[in-house]
Amino acid sequence: MISATLKRVAPQLVILAVVLLMNFAVFPGFFHIEFQNGRLFGNLIDVLNRGAPVALLSIGMTLVIATKGIDLSVGAVMAIAGAVAAAVVTGGGGWLTALLAAIAAGLLCGAWNGILVAILRVQPIVATLVLMVAGRGIAQLITEGKIMTFLNPGLIHLGAGTVAGIPTPILIWIAAGIIVTAIVRGTALGMLIESIGINETASRLAGINSRALLIAVYLISGLGAAIAGVIVAADIKGADANNAGLWMELDAILAVVIGGNSLLGGRFSIVASLIGALIIQSVNSVILLSGMPPEFNLVIKALIIIVILVIQSPRIKHTLYLLRASAGPAPRETTLHDTDPVAKESRP
Amino acid sequence: MMNTTSAPVLHAAGISKFFPGSIALDDVELTLYSGEVHALLGENGAGKSTLIKCLTGAYRRDAGMIRLDGQEIDPRGPLDSQSLGIGTVYQEVNLLPNLTVADNLFLGWQPTRHGLLDRKTMVRRAGEILSGFGLEIDPSLLLSAYPIAIQQVVAIARAVEQSGKVLILDEPTASLDRDEIDLLFSVVRQLTARGIAVVFITHFLDQVFEIADRVTVLRNGRLVGTRQMDDVTQSDIVEMMLGRHLETHLRRRDRSAPGKSLLKLKNFGKRGMIEPFDLDLHEGEVVGLAGLLGSGRTETVKVIFGVTAADQGNAELRGKPVKMANPRESIAMRFGMCPEDRKTDGIVGDLSVRENIILSLQARQGWHRPLTRTKINEIVDHYVKALDIRLASPDMPIRLLSGGNQQKALLARALATEPELLILDEPTRGIDVGAHAEIIELIEHLRAHGMALVVASSEMAELVTYSNRIIVLRDRHHVRELEGDAINTGAIVRAITQQEALA
Repeated sequence: MISATLKRVAPQLVILAVVLLMNFAVFPGFFHIEFQNGRLFGNLIDVLNRGAPVALLSIGMTLVIATKGIDLSVGAVMAIAGAVAAAVVTGGGGWLTALLAAIAAGLLCGAWNGILVAILRVQPIVATLVLMVAGRGIAQLITEGKIMTFLNPGLIHLGAGTVAGIPTPILIWIAAGIIVTAIVRGTALGMLIESIGINETASRLAGINSRALLIAVYLISGLGAAIAGVIVAADIKGADANNAGLWMELDAILAVVIGGNSLLGGRFSIVASLIGALIIQSVNSVILLSGMPPEFNLVIKALIIIVILVIQSPRIKHTLYLLRASAGPAPRETTLHDTDPVAKESRP
Repeated sequence: MMNTTSAPVLHAAGISKFFPGSIALDDVELTLYSGEVHALLGENGAGKSTLIKCLTGAYRRDAGMIRLDGQEIDPRGPLDSQSLGIGTVYQEVNLLPNLTVADNLFLGWQPTRHGLLDRKTMVRRAGEILSGFGLEIDPSLLLSAYPIAIQQVVAIARAVEQSGKVLILDEPTASLDRDEIDLLFSVVRQLTARGIAVVFITHFLDQVFEIADRVTVLRNGRLVGTRQMDDVTQSDIVEMMLGRHLETHLRRRDRSAPGKSLLKLKNFGKRGMIEPFDLDLHEGEVVGLAGLLGSGRTETVKVIFGVTAADQGNAELRGKPVKMANPRESIAMRFGMCPEDRKTDGIVGDLSVRENIILSLQARQGWHRPLTRTKINEIVDHYVKALDIRLASPDMPIRLLSGGNQQKALLARALATEPELLILDEPTRGIDVGAHAEIIELIEHLRAHGMALVVASSEMAELVTYSNRIIVLRDRHHVRELEGDAINTGAIVRAITQQEALA
């Protein structure tokens, strides 16, 4: 089980290592971590910390994409959740109430998407586009168009605090990753989600409740987006309806893709998506640390990501496979999967 | 008219096509004479469209040769075959509704003048071509302004203008009404008068008798035979399509009386899909559903299993009223089903064989109660052995299995839920002979152990071997029920071909 997971995420780990070494190359102190004022400091810690929102989004996004769907609304849902949390604490509520209210808002958004997709059968990209556009408007209505600031220490702690010296967001996304993975892989949920992503008609005929599962994955996506929204708001001590989570849905989708999950649905790995999220954050870090003028940021990020995706493309993989095969005997595993069963099983 | 004394315009022999795990075409021969309408018939999956695709080069054939006017040809694709002289028109008109009729006729080979489009010539030529077919329409209007039949004729005109030796019509009349069919047929007759050989693929037998000169029937990827239309009756053709030659000695139906009543359907049906029918199913009984394609076999199966919920009538399971609203509830009531189309409705291709086998059972248990590893292995090992599913490992993706083994895995999926009623839609389609016999064996075995089975099949001979009763369907009606000694292929063919008035 563990070794299977390792094998699955090996390419992502290699890419992550390369990008981290690039960080090291532009900034030799990159791997230095120190403990000061009861808190861990260091660039590596920053990567883990800053990567929290995309990591949280990528968990739900992985499941949504596994069902052949996509959730474009998560950035907007972050804005809504942040606005709701800020509104609760500025209205005198406690941090826990604020968090729960934000989560409720996220689940509501997820339910909306899920109903559009699962019951009304709207295409996921269109269904979630509605909330992507409308969501930011809703957030602005909640914050009344301003950046709604707050000073509630409990809420701020979620974004900027530490637990045992470790920044809270890191603990939250790692915990979320472990819990969701444990749920989908410890139960049959993961297999059933993959099944409807691969062939929904066949799954329905096999007795799988695809509607409920579809709604569930959008709920999980909404939940992750809500927590990410609270973290982002808490970090800047204010809810910014215009910019919170802006374009972050695209980073989340990218994290899933870098994680080697197919946009056509089916087999998925949450761990790989989380590593994908870290890769994206590490790329951001390289650009930042290299001291490149900020106007280059997006272009360089795009270039690095193109390279990553090209390396992962089926055609390149195939070429590499051929190169290896011509260099020596092909690895047994690959041979078995690619050719053997077809050849053997086609003859009764 | 047809001229069979001269050399054939097209002669294809020994055409074979293999797909991983199945033989789509096995040594098929087709001969076309100039000026004939040649009907190509067969049930779904018989290999008609594969044959056409091999002729037009859309598929690479794995064996065989094609001669056009005596010259051996090897078309690399539809465009290639078109320039050689073989044109194809598909059921769904493959034209662009948002362009004009003339544009559609000449797309890709527009007349030009000094390198520019010569629109005037184009419209004039289009008018001439179409009036040649008795079609006086304005070619400068959008194609979408005209009904499907006219569009169909435009497609034919386009194919004929470019090709002009062989024209293949793939179910051209499927969406046409009577007047439109007459128009199409008059066009076809003009073409044959010009010496073009027309291949006509359809499911409508009366139309075949109306227009065709000769007929070639395929079954299970093999050539059943080619006949002159004058020499055959509808019954002959139905027999050729459904097969009746192997049965009688195979028939070893045990006549023991069926057990208790399991499911009683009264006036059960769904508007637009299947006319209301009554059906009693008993333990230890196999009920066969026979009929031509589109007769309502699959539709009957679908309403019983709740794939499409019935909108009339009622159902009683062991005397208690029930509703089959969706497959999930049917499975909860201990129904099981193997669908007709294994690839699209059956297998979940990228999941392992193991996961595919336990899928229904796990879905019924609920996601929060996963089957234990031991239990899964126990079930999978049991069925792999019991059904003799041949695989390298249960962890390999099911899509890599052969057709017969996929079918067995799907049977295992249904059986793992321990159903009381098992519904099989075309359980033996497109699988090899060995697996075929094993599945028939299994059906007998399950029945002997008290399961109720409903089996829809286009193989009459097969239905006759294992059914206690056979329901014959035609035009979405249950028209006849055969029981006991009345069960034989002759009776089925008679029930299928009998005219409405006599029924």
